[in-house]
Amino acid sequence: MNEQSFAFHLNAVSKNFPEKEGELEALENVSLEVPPEQFLCVLGPSGSGKSTLLRLLAGLLKPSSGEILFPGNEQPSVGLVFQQANLMPWRDVWANISLPLELRAVEPQEIERRVTEMIELVGLQEFQHAWSATLSGGMAQRVAIARALIQDPDLLLLDEPFGALDAITRERMGTELLHIWEKRRKTVVLVTHSISEALLLSDRVVVLTRRPGTVCLDLLNDLPRPRSDETRYDPHFVQLSRTLRASIEQ
Amino acid sequence: MKNKKIKTESERKPSIWVYPIALLLFLFVWQGLVLLLKLPAFILPSPQQVWMRLGVAIRDGSLARHLLATLTEVLSGLFFGILTASLLGYLLSKSKVLENILSPFLVASQAVPVAAIAPLLIIWFGSGVMSKILICSLTVFFPVLVNTLVGLHAVPDSMRDLMRTLHATRWQTLRYLELPAALPILLGGMRVGATLSVIGAVVGELAGADKGLGFLINVGRGQYDTALVFVAVLTLVLLAICLYGIVLLLEKRLLRWQEVK
Ligand SMILES: Nc1ncnc2c1ncn2[C@@H]1O[C@H](COP(=O)(O)OP(=O)(O)OP(=O)(O)O)[C@@H](O)[C@H]1O
Ligand SMILES: [Mg+2]
Repeated sequence: MNEQSFAFHLNAVSKNFPEKEGELEALENVSLEVPPEQFLCVLGPSGSGKSTLLRLLAGLLKPSSGEILFPGNEQPSVGLVFQQANLMPWRDVWANISLPLELRAVEPQEIERRVTEMIELVGLQEFQHAWSATLSGGMAQRVAIARALIQDPDLLLLDEPFGALDAITRERMGTELLHIWEKRRKTVVLVTHSISEALLLSDRVVVLTRRPGTVCLDLLNDLPRPRSDETRYDPHFVQLSRTLRASIEQ
Repeated sequence: MKNKKIKTESERKPSIWVYPIALLLFLFVWQGLVLLLKLPAFILPSPQQVWMRLGVAIRDGSLARHLLATLTEVLSGLFFGILTASLLGYLLSKSKVLENILSPFLVASQAVPVAAIAPLLIIWFGSGVMSKILICSLTVFFPVLVNTLVGLHAVPDSMRDLMRTLHATRWQTLRYLELPAALPILLGGMRVGATLSVIGAVVGELAGADKGLGFLINVGRGQYDTALVFVAVLTLVLLAICLYGIVLLLEKRLLRWQEVK
């Protein structure tokens, strides 16, 4: 009965990478239960294993010890977005977004319908036939998000998706991501270096320590939605961001 | 800024008039040398003599017959060379063990000049088309293999991760990621391979054959028919240029996305 109450459940997960001498401990004893449709942000210093955590969730890595539980005990479908948009330069915007559906041999009309819908969702109608190399960083990242969402994944994993963008574009992309998430409720794990980004977007923030990464703070973000630029000046926002900063810097 | 760019672009790409002018200049110098040095025709025939010999070779059908033989060898050699090299390249890129075992042999085989083993291959496989196809394949093989390996190595890991999260099969990864990502480098290898294949065919035919443009060169030399040698050589040059041009066109067609950069 309890089975559907989580989107994923990390149970004392550790991950070591073999090195020349001995092993490198990237993650140590991380336990985390995340309910469906939660928007989770992961913060932590560089090298704390944030990307490793996402790669474990995506099924690209296996834990060295501990286990990752998913509902129904099978790897859920994931949409993964990287810091660099990672688009295929030999495909135009349209074809980059349709790739996941082509791989699943979805009917052409169905592909047509869903890609058109997705292009509207991320606002790229005018650029649908542009080569990906001609896009700006923000547009490319929108294509990457559209590609991750097109197959309607159970889990949306974003690894510093806005890290390479300028501050203004970054904020706008964050707001757009929230809109998308409100329309298509999904479990989201977003890795970021920005405390305010985490607080404006998430339901919950997890902070990892320096290597080996362990969870040092698990913070419920109860700032009321919808949040706006004004939220930044909310005393509660200030208090939460102070707590987060303290735990990252310790 | 913009003006400057346009200028450099037009400097880099000569107009099509350059080619006929260069050709005319070449013929002019050639004719000049013949008149100046008064060499006998069996040492340096004049452009008209070569032109007339070409007419004869076309009319009696010999040029077409020998060109067809060489073309068959070159194209079959290209086909088999590219096929085996890219297959082996793919397998090597998938298996570190295989790569470690085979790479010393591959490097060693590359050190053997094809011209030196061409006679051997003719002893083993006869003086027919078979041995020439083999020689062509061998000359094409190595550059295509190396470019396949380099091309597959150039596929970004992050894109491999993407394909894995999408549960792409091996075949899908090859078709949707590895092939298009490696294509620019692969086509570069084919461009080199195309001209090498012509060289391979001629080397093979000179070493022993009963037809082909290389054979025609030998015939011309034996009969002091130097104009015929010229006809054969010029046909070979034209053939190599055509093949090179075809691969270039293929590149233009398949790599349109690269032009935007
Ligand atoms: N495939 C791998 N092989 C060996 N070591 C690895 C591998 N992937 C990650 N590591 C190591 O694990 C540690 C954690 O890496 P990870 O990329 O998860 O950190 P991160 O929190 O994402 O850092 P950043 O904020 O810089 O992106 C690092 O020390 C890294 O060198
Ligand atoms: Mg990272």
